[in-house]
Amino acid sequence: MREKEIEKLKDYKYGFSTDIENFKAPKGLNEEVIRFISKIKKEPQWLLDWRLKAFERLKVLKEPDWQKPKYPKINYQDLYYYSAPKSFKEKPKSLDELDPKLLETYKKLGIPLQEQKRLNNIAVDAVFDSVSVATTFKDKLTEKGIIFCSISEAVQKHPELVKKYLGTVIPLSDHFFATLNSAVFTDGSFVYIPPNTRCPMELSTYFRINASDTGQFERTLIIADKGSYVSYLEGCTAPMRDENQLHAANVELIALDDAEIKYSTVQNWYPGDEDGKGGIYNFVTKRGLCKGINSKISWTQVETGSAITWKYPSCILQGDNSIGEFYSIAITNNHQKADTGTKMIHIGKNTKSKIISKGISAGKSDMTYRGLVDIFKKAKNSSNYTQCDSLLMGNKCGAHTIPYIKNKNSDSTIAHEATTSKISEEQLYYCQQRGLSSEEAVSLIVNGFCKEVLQQLPMEFAVEAQKLVGISLEGSVG
Amino acid sequence: MEKKIITDFENMYKNSSLNNELKFRKEFLKKFIEKGFPSKKLESWKFSDLNQIINKNIEKLIFYNNSTKSHKIDESLYLNNIEHNKMVFINGKLEEIKLEHEDNNKIKISKETKIENNSFKDNALLDLNNAFSVYNYKIHVENGYNVKKPIIIYHTTNKELNSTNINIQLNFLLGENSSLKVIDTFNDISDKNFINIYYNFDLKKDSVLKNFKLDNLINNNIKYSFNNIDQDTNSISETFILSNGSKFLKNEINCNLKGKYSSAFVNAIFSLSENRHHEIKTNINHLVENTKSYQLIKSVLDNSSKSVYQGKIYVDKDAQKTDGYQLSKAILLNEDSEFNAKPELEIYADDVKCSHGSASGSLNENSIFYLRSRGLNYKEAKNLLIKGFLLDVIEKITDDEIKNIIKFTMGLSG
Repeated sequence: MREKEIEKLKDYKYGFSTDIENFKAPKGLNEEVIRFISKIKKEPQWLLDWRLKAFERLKVLKEPDWQKPKYPKINYQDLYYYSAPKSFKEKPKSLDELDPKLLETYKKLGIPLQEQKRLNNIAVDAVFDSVSVATTFKDKLTEKGIIFCSISEAVQKHPELVKKYLGTVIPLSDHFFATLNSAVFTDGSFVYIPPNTRCPMELSTYFRINASDTGQFERTLIIADKGSYVSYLEGCTAPMRDENQLHAANVELIALDDAEIKYSTVQNWYPGDEDGKGGIYNFVTKRGLCKGINSKISWTQVETGSAITWKYPSCILQGDNSIGEFYSIAITNNHQKADTGTKMIHIGKNTKSKIISKGISAGKSDMTYRGLVDIFKKAKNSSNYTQCDSLLMGNKCGAHTIPYIKNKNSDSTIAHEATTSKISEEQLYYCQQRGLSSEEAVSLIVNGFCKEVLQQLPMEFAVEAQKLVGISLEGSVG
Repeated sequence: MEKKIITDFENMYKNSSLNNELKFRKEFLKKFIEKGFPSKKLESWKFSDLNQIINKNIEKLIFYNNSTKSHKIDESLYLNNIEHNKMVFINGKLEEIKLEHEDNNKIKISKETKIENNSFKDNALLDLNNAFSVYNYKIHVENGYNVKKPIIIYHTTNKELNSTNINIQLNFLLGENSSLKVIDTFNDISDKNFINIYYNFDLKKDSVLKNFKLDNLINNNIKYSFNNIDQDTNSISETFILSNGSKFLKNEINCNLKGKYSSAFVNAIFSLSENRHHEIKTNINHLVENTKSYQLIKSVLDNSSKSVYQGKIYVDKDAQKTDGYQLSKAILLNEDSEFNAKPELEIYADDVKCSHGSASGSLNENSIFYLRSRGLNYKEAKNLLIKGFLLDVIEKITDDEIKNIIKFTMGLSG
């Protein structure tokens, strides 16, 4: 019976964004849909049980409402939880086999996949809607024993790793959106770096939300085994859309003894138009666990898009001598709202964390830095340094800083600084006097303001991000 | 609790002639019963769960407090190294008012039954205060009058008081171009009571208020004190808090800078040991342009003590040219001590200068080494460093006489 239903659904057509045919699970959130997703992805029983357990939990959980940016209630029964480009049922083995229309879409976004393969030393695992479409540079990585594939593939090929680590950093019952993701996640990236291996290239994924009304629920799992190193890049763009779209991804990082993970994000999803209509809801759970001794996790993010950004990439410093870092630039313009920051949980001895956050708000936007530094009783000799600066442009926007600081250990030190200011007239005058237009001057000053964070990004991203900073603030001066 | 509080409420006002005013109080009682004592579920009580603290420390809280019974004043409690005016509360009842140094036409204290219908909707403890405060005392300073000597408010409790809730409400009105100094001292011999104090200050143009709250005698009471300060043009308020003696104490300051060029200063010291748990929460609201606020909070924490600082600077979109500053520092002397902070900025205007800083850690070993190499022993070196750390706050006090008294009470003089 169910087989028949699925067959029917495959033929189900809906308004498409590009002409690529999608097929979708029926609207709504229920056990059937979860079983459907699991089935179509040919998942083992344990994963289905795991999903259903999350779904049971979801029934009890309430959507959080403590955040600063409020949004209209989301009707979870009115969303599609699965959609996949149809032509991908049989996975292509090389880029040449890709749907030409899809390639064109990427080109419009400035991600020439073909060229990138040749020119850049980057392996691209592109996610179009919810299913991985292409993975490049695979051979080079396989040589080193590095696993870099979609999580669905990992479930098939490396079930022992997925089973061991999935949900260990973000537990099933963590909070509403994380649990929702656990129940219905469709795809995402999986990275495993074997012991004592340095990943030879920056790993990168471009996410893109395409289908209308589709919440995208990715799941990323990165494991750096003992003594390994990996740098992972994530970048996002999304096309114009009138209705708000929900994006609730889960990202889990695990660093074992002496391992280091560097996770960089450039997020430039559709922020809504000038009147605040439309735009993406970016409610993402990102958490890293420094499990082993001497491990290190570093988050770098440049957040310029989305109607509402609500995320706190966090580090749990469990291993002794582990290090957590968080570098962030968040820019809001027009009616955008952001509530972002980090959590540094010091559990192990001699753990260190550093937080540098730069917030820029312009137009009628609202920006909040919210962070937690928690030093446990046993975390002797731990230290934290936090600096969060805000820049305001115009008197219709807001900038807020809400740090929570908990120190339960007398050997540990915490230092926190925050400032809020505006671009001074002198600086602007000086730049304009040297022949820059007011917009160029603002862009220059803002880039200087952000420099500390921008220089943390890998080269390829830094240039792009710098441009993005300027573009995001267009029209905010004068 | 609900039955108990209602019967206590009825007993309290059994013989009173309040009619309309009683109805008001009943409404507040209803509001309090609905909310109950605040717990950590509320954001502003996140670090101090009052409901739990009361349940743990007070077996059966009595809300009834006999307001007719008089108590003998123990005059030995009076501070004798400073000339001052007095208001003496014993077990929540005002026993004496002495304004011996002042012109009685210029400063008046009146006792009223009408309670101030304040606008803090979410504060259950103010509802409780409004319901059970039999009187509301009004201190009115006339325009242009500078109150010559400070008013010391003696908050005393004696051994007769046990497991009881006391509510005190005072309203201060400072006329244009006037000034007033208020010192609160706490002398508690009682045990395990819940003391709830509400002060409201209305500062007119060009007026100056200095309020010093000195809680430095060790006692096992649980206290909550709320100061609301409304400030008009060019007014100045200065609040100093010494948080030291009570088992639990939360001081809350809500300051509205409503007039241009008004400024607010909050300086505080937590000096805690032996399971004390204290908190300071400030809300400084910059509502118009050219206002200024400054906050300095320092903690020294020993023996399983815990201090919490929640400070918020709010800058309205009209409050351009705001200058807001906030600094909290803590020294943790003991492994079991804990410091929590939530320094918050909420800013809607762009031409502002706002910053906050927070630091916590142990004593600097290098400094101790330096002092020891100069011949001090470890204990002396430690004490010297702590003294220097705290004196920094005390030096901010703008009244020399009171500054010296505070230094003296804390053993920091000389």
